[in-house]
Amino acid sequence: MTTGNVRSPTRVRLRAAGLTLPLVAFVGFSFLFPLGTMLSRSVYDPLVADTLPDTLALLEEWDGEALPGEPVFAAAARELGTALEGRLAGRLGGRVNRVASGMRTVIVRGARAAAEAPAATARETLVAGDPAWGEPATWRAIRTAGERFTVRHYLRALDLDRDAAGSIIRQPEELRIYVPLLLRTLMVSGAVTLLCLLLGYPIAHLIANSPPSRARWLILLVLVPFWTSLLVRTTAWIVLLQTHGVLNSLLVALGIVADDGRIAMIYNMTGTLVAMTHVLLPFMVLPLYSVMRTIPPHFMRAASSLGANRRQSFFRVYWPLTLPGTAAGSLLVFILAIGYYITPALVGGSSGQLFSNMIAFHMQTSLNWGLAAALGGILFVVVGALYVVYDRLVGATSLKLG
Amino acid sequence: MTRAVSFAALALGAACGPGDGPGSLTVVSWGGAYARAVTRAHYEPFEAATGLTLAREDYNGGLAEIRTQVDTGNVHWDLVDLEMFDATRGCDEGLLELIPDGLLGPGADGSPAAEDFWPEANGDCGVGNVFYSTVVAYHPDRFPGEKPAVLGDFFDLERFPGRRGMRRSPLVNLEFALMADGVATDEVYAVLDTAAGMERAFGKLETIRDQVVWWEAGAQPPQMLADAEVAMSTAYNGRIFNAQVLENQPFVIVWDGQVLDIGQTGIVAGTPRLKEALEFLRFSSSAEAMARLSGEIAYSPTRRSALPLVTTHRETGVPMLPHLPTSPQNLGRVLTSDTLWWSDHLDEVNERFSAWLAR
Repeated sequence: MTTGNVRSPTRVRLRAAGLTLPLVAFVGFSFLFPLGTMLSRSVYDPLVADTLPDTLALLEEWDGEALPGEPVFAAAARELGTALEGRLAGRLGGRVNRVASGMRTVIVRGARAAAEAPAATARETLVAGDPAWGEPATWRAIRTAGERFTVRHYLRALDLDRDAAGSIIRQPEELRIYVPLLLRTLMVSGAVTLLCLLLGYPIAHLIANSPPSRARWLILLVLVPFWTSLLVRTTAWIVLLQTHGVLNSLLVALGIVADDGRIAMIYNMTGTLVAMTHVLLPFMVLPLYSVMRTIPPHFMRAASSLGANRRQSFFRVYWPLTLPGTAAGSLLVFILAIGYYITPALVGGSSGQLFSNMIAFHMQTSLNWGLAAALGGILFVVVGALYVVYDRLVGATSLKLG
Repeated sequence: MTRAVSFAALALGAACGPGDGPGSLTVVSWGGAYARAVTRAHYEPFEAATGLTLAREDYNGGLAEIRTQVDTGNVHWDLVDLEMFDATRGCDEGLLELIPDGLLGPGADGSPAAEDFWPEANGDCGVGNVFYSTVVAYHPDRFPGEKPAVLGDFFDLERFPGRRGMRRSPLVNLEFALMADGVATDEVYAVLDTAAGMERAFGKLETIRDQVVWWEAGAQPPQMLADAEVAMSTAYNGRIFNAQVLENQPFVIVWDGQVLDIGQTGIVAGTPRLKEALEFLRFSSSAEAMARLSGEIAYSPTRRSALPLVTTHRETGVPMLPHLPTSPQNLGRVLTSDTLWWSDHLDEVNERFSAWLAR
């Protein structure tokens, strides 16, 4: 062998790194880029600022108390007219409406009046379109909505608001929703993780200690639901648990509950817990199984031969050895549970809704993507914080994912 | 290399799928019984008449999909059945094409479209398709004695015990609550405009909250009634009708305090198939097409001249008129949904509704 054939280690390393390029490009294109654009929506919204630049520039010198002067009205009327032509008036109204409810029609009516029925002064034009233009509150709302960079969505997502003076206050009680929901989501995720661990640990242990022929079948039993569509599994629970479903009818037939005393097991928190535990169980069983399989059975025998009773040998030998699997399974289940929304939406009723259902709601129904992004950002931070805590406690490198 | 390129082109072509070629349109509707009805009444006759093919999709309302398509410039939906509320909002936001003047043909009696349509039926971007109604319906087996007769009975858990189905939305529910609490129909939105009125509506909902099962898709209430998951539910009247005649369900509609709405069809802004889409709208908004739709599902036509053409349910021969929401015997107490009020207040009310639900 000649030295000319030996490749320099740098080149080898570069070539090896080159193999990961498609993945890096894919992750960047399909994950990091959309994630970044989405998160940027939570703090950056240029629509109002771009549509009403002159009006907002003039409003900067306004004291916010008395009604602004005619130049402001004139600029607003002109820019609203342009917005209407560009079919932006509705979007503009929608944005201002998020600052102060009722502003949508005020803006659209003002824009229509400015474009179609100009009066002697711009002020008369707009006030004729909607009397709210004669009130300072309308202009304050426009000024607030005109901020290009804003923490408004994050305040909303934390149940906070700004009062007229600009200081941060808590929302009135009937509007506080996201913080309680986040706490509930964390609690539900914790409960689901615990249930999965309690149910999954014995199953994984059974599979790991069965002869291979039986283990294959048992693993299949875990995997078949894993391969079944999420929607099918969730609706199957509806069939089983509903008021006149299989389980309730069985209980009535056996005389355990009365016909008019059927138990509400679905469309509430119970439904969410049951269905989510079932859906997420494989994510607990598989990492546990892969760890337990590597624990030689003679460790336990060695422990008993050294005088440990069954409980001691379990807690002092077996349990610590399965810890990487337990931790990996718990982390997987917890993080998946925190972001779950299809199952709670289908079987959760009103009390079983989670944080992600609100994100879906703002993405799909209210179209307030800024707020959806802020909620997503908060979830992201919470999950990140949990990971850090986990890393400190267990060490992320000891994860065994199966 | 060329092979890779042609493979990529092939994959791209496959990803685009049907609905993108010339001569085909993607039509989006509400799924279930309603999608079935428009397929029979509008899609199939249109395909037969023009040779165009229609790719069908279902959705559950809202503007999210349309907005994503318009914002990314990748429009693959062409025609969408919309709640009037969304049609108005989508039009203001430039998500829907404006309906050109003169598109709509004259009525069956020759009267011009402007006179033939009910005045409130059409918007700038939406052509009125149907009047539909949200009503209270119940399963008679759950109430062996006295039967619910008025809207207030929906909120009366003592006389009529059992779970209730309601749409997971403040829309219509707040109106029901106030009407059941004795507010006159013409004052409902004025009362809702006040803080005390809003409090009153939520207070009324609170009285039955523990018993409510929330639904999202229009196909759910008939299913929940049939499964005895609920004893009484709010529902779209046409879905209840279809369950009655096609599945022989004994459901009964309480025609007191119905909330009347208009369903419109709109065209997604920027579609490359605008000409064909307009052709479809002209076709589906004819009096004959509307009457055909009312022969499939119990919703009323938005053209005056279409009503005399409505006779019986096509599949079962049941006379349609007594089941239409606008029939005189069903018009005892009716509230027309106020689209403008909701476009102003839905965001705020939704937050409050969600907070209330989650409590």
